[in-house]
Amino acid sequence: MLESDRLQIKMMQDNSENYPRLVPVGDSALLVEFENRIAESINVRVLNLKKKIDAVAIRGVVETVSSYRSLLIHYNCLAISLTDLVGLVEPWASDVSSSKAVERTWKIPVCYEGEAAVDLEDVARLHDLTTEEVIRLHRESVYRVYMVGFAPGWCYLGGLDPKLHTPRLKSPRLKVPAGCISIGGQQGMIGAQPMPSGWRLLGQTPIKTYVSDRTPPFFISAGDYIEFYRIDRNEFLALDRAVEKGDLVAEEVIFNE
Amino acid sequence: MNDIPKLGLKVKQITPLCQLQDLGRFGYQNYGVTHCGAIDPYLLRVANILIGNPQGMACLEFTLAGGEFICTAHSLRISFAGDFPVSINGISKDSFCSLHLKEGDCLHIGSVSKNIRGYLAVAGGFCGKKELGSYSSHTRSGLGSFAKPTKVGSTLPTNESFAPIGREHFFSFALRRKRRGGIRVVLGPQESNFTEKAIKDFFTKPFSIAQNSDRMGYRLEGNIIEHAGDGNIISDPVVPGSIQVPAVGNPVVLMADCPTTGGYPKIGTIISVDRGVLAQIGPGSEVAFEPISVEDAQMLRREEEKFFRSLSLRLDRY
Repeated sequence: MLESDRLQIKMMQDNSENYPRLVPVGDSALLVEFENRIAESINVRVLNLKKKIDAVAIRGVVETVSSYRSLLIHYNCLAISLTDLVGLVEPWASDVSSSKAVERTWKIPVCYEGEAAVDLEDVARLHDLTTEEVIRLHRESVYRVYMVGFAPGWCYLGGLDPKLHTPRLKSPRLKVPAGCISIGGQQGMIGAQPMPSGWRLLGQTPIKTYVSDRTPPFFISAGDYIEFYRIDRNEFLALDRAVEKGDLVAEEVIFNE
Repeated sequence: MNDIPKLGLKVKQITPLCQLQDLGRFGYQNYGVTHCGAIDPYLLRVANILIGNPQGMACLEFTLAGGEFICTAHSLRISFAGDFPVSINGISKDSFCSLHLKEGDCLHIGSVSKNIRGYLAVAGGFCGKKELGSYSSHTRSGLGSFAKPTKVGSTLPTNESFAPIGREHFFSFALRRKRRGGIRVVLGPQESNFTEKAIKDFFTKPFSIAQNSDRMGYRLEGNIIEHAGDGNIISDPVVPGSIQVPAVGNPVVLMADCPTTGGYPKIGTIISVDRGVLAQIGPGSEVAFEPISVEDAQMLRREEEKFFRSLSLRLDRY
């Protein structure tokens, strides 16, 4: 049987909810999909599979990219065949554990004022809340980083209070400020560099999730937890200066274990 | 940073679309870092092979317009791969060439309206800034030394400034890709999010490339591709070559500077050897797609590799 036939059969099994399913993405990547919903237990399996594949360091595997419920494996088809890769990964994907690894929590300061908080009032109005209530609800949740994606250091967060679930803007802004803290649908976001975005802006953090010549350049990973705490404009400016000098990364770290 | 040599190519004329690129940034996509790299990797490798560089060395990538450069080094060996008009001190040269520049020579690269990408390589490489493992420039995330547009009057430093006298060579006969036909696409991974008619339409109707297409994505116009569902998926990873179809139905082909994840269903993925072919087609032009299996796409990839090997061997004789 041709590889593509075999994979075609796997694809048809989608209807019977037969996950995980392995699907080729072009000629240089293989997608492993777990159940089609957002849930912590599913994301944990994605990350555990990633850890396994990264640890084994399969010859020909270039890199692995995790998302909410799927893992993309980039490979070099000159070094490993699709059949061999599927043969290796399939049993791991089926057996992967859903027990969490060591949890890390980062405390991230947020200034809910000024230009970067431009949607705060709209969000409050949409939900019949005061801006103070929006801020409280936003910072009282503990968030899970489901994925770092879109652009360097952008963290997609699950765990937003349902009272704050808000549709994205109909038309995205062409540029949002660096370090913007925003919400979109049922998700939260920590932004990095100025980029176009259609998410609702609630505030801004002086913390840089990404600095290319810092070691390490990134410090928040998928699977980490985030707690926000409130700072005012002056504290923001002071921390921002410290970050610019390079002497503050995010010391506000708790290791739960 | 103080030991960066000042010698190389002094810029007399340049556009913001001229950037330093290599074969891309690997290993950081899980943190949201775009793959980046040459939008036509085939031509970048050709340019490097022409002067005996490692195939993935960083080159200057030109889109539509060229530029003008004065050699400030004692001498440089350079090569150009692409259909741009190339001249030295006003004397026309063939494109797909390797050339010798001496101090004071003026290298002019003209403009093109089709086959819109070209690569300038220098023996020993440009002296760029390696960030996250690659010299590739990415404007949006500020990565690479060419993340900001290069200014007229500045110098693009080269690693070497003294090149032994060498003959000029022209290779255009052997190096242009000759295949006619559609851009080849492996179906999926979310083809089940589209109607049967949509898949048939995609492979039978031509599209035109919208004007606002760039290194991040090519927007396709002219036909609407129907979704079977609401046109949303849970955001998942994308690759250069992914063909996303947003809810409105106009496909977007993700190119070298694509984000790492996206929330629209993907009808297919452009195969590796055809990514650069699409990148050569400019906004306003027509493009059509044809289906291919993963196995055939990988066979083409192996053939391309064989071609590069034999090209290196042939050029070693010069």
